[in-house]
Amino acid sequence: MEKAGKLNKYIFTVVVLYVSWILLTATTRADELIVGLIVSLLVAIGSFDYLSEHGLSHLTPKRVLYLIIYAPYYLWQVILANFDVAYRVLAPSMPIKPGIVKVKTNLKTDSGKLALANSITMTPGTLTMDVKDDTLLVHWIYVKDETVEGATKEIGTPFEKYLKEIFG
Amino acid sequence: MRLILGYFLLYFGAIFLFLGAFGLIRLPDLYTRMQASTKSTTLGAFASVLGVGVIHPDWFVKCLVVALFILLTAPVGSSALMRAAYKTGVPMTDSTTIDEGKEFFGEEQEGEAK
Repeated sequence: MEKAGKLNKYIFTVVVLYVSWILLTATTRADELIVGLIVSLLVAIGSFDYLSEHGLSHLTPKRVLYLIIYAPYYLWQVILANFDVAYRVLAPSMPIKPGIVKVKTNLKTDSGKLALANSITMTPGTLTMDVKDDTLLVHWIYVKDETVEGATKEIGTPFEKYLKEIFG
Repeated sequence: MRLILGYFLLYFGAIFLFLGAFGLIRLPDLYTRMQASTKSTTLGAFASVLGVGVIHPDWFVKCLVVALFILLTAPVGSSALMRAAYKTGVPMTDSTTIDEGKEFFGEEQEGEAK
């Protein structure tokens, strides 16, 4: 995907900042809203180049829809991961078999890889250590498959089909 | 009803925070401990903050935003810590089966030299 123009990125950053402001202040008072808008506009001048990669093209309906589907799935994985940890910590035999494996990804954008790395960290038993090009280094608390292909299938694939739609 | 849900979330969070701390004692090495602490503190803090939001509806939106930021940023921090620990050579437990990290970071150093 091509890089977005400067104005495009700027507007996207302002929108994100302003929405965060409104949610954090949780008010509809006019003075708060005006100050928030001014601050968003000012902060975005200095930060739009770092905060946004593709500008407004992130806000297509399809992406937003997939994000809405993905959010509960992610939350569910977080809860599953916690019960998994609880089981491993409390079981007297402590069923752990830790190891560090490599996982390949098809995602191309940096934001996509970040989202994948975050998701992997919150999945049951896995924690991303580093990302380089298309390889993720993952610490796995119970190694089921030592090969790159096997680990990829086990760890990365369930998330990729959503993240591919969101981040491309 | 609202209060019941709120307190349920608070205690739910507290239980997982406790389990995370318990994991720190029981698990054998830094890497597995990080696994336990990352996951349980994220959900623990998430549920606790959300519980406070449910008990005090005025704060709900704020709490929701705070909870979302915790959910988004905690994994990044733990990844950075884990990577730093590995690079400085913190030993892994004896039951470790496979370690592809040497190869992975070895490539990186060669790449930097070129």
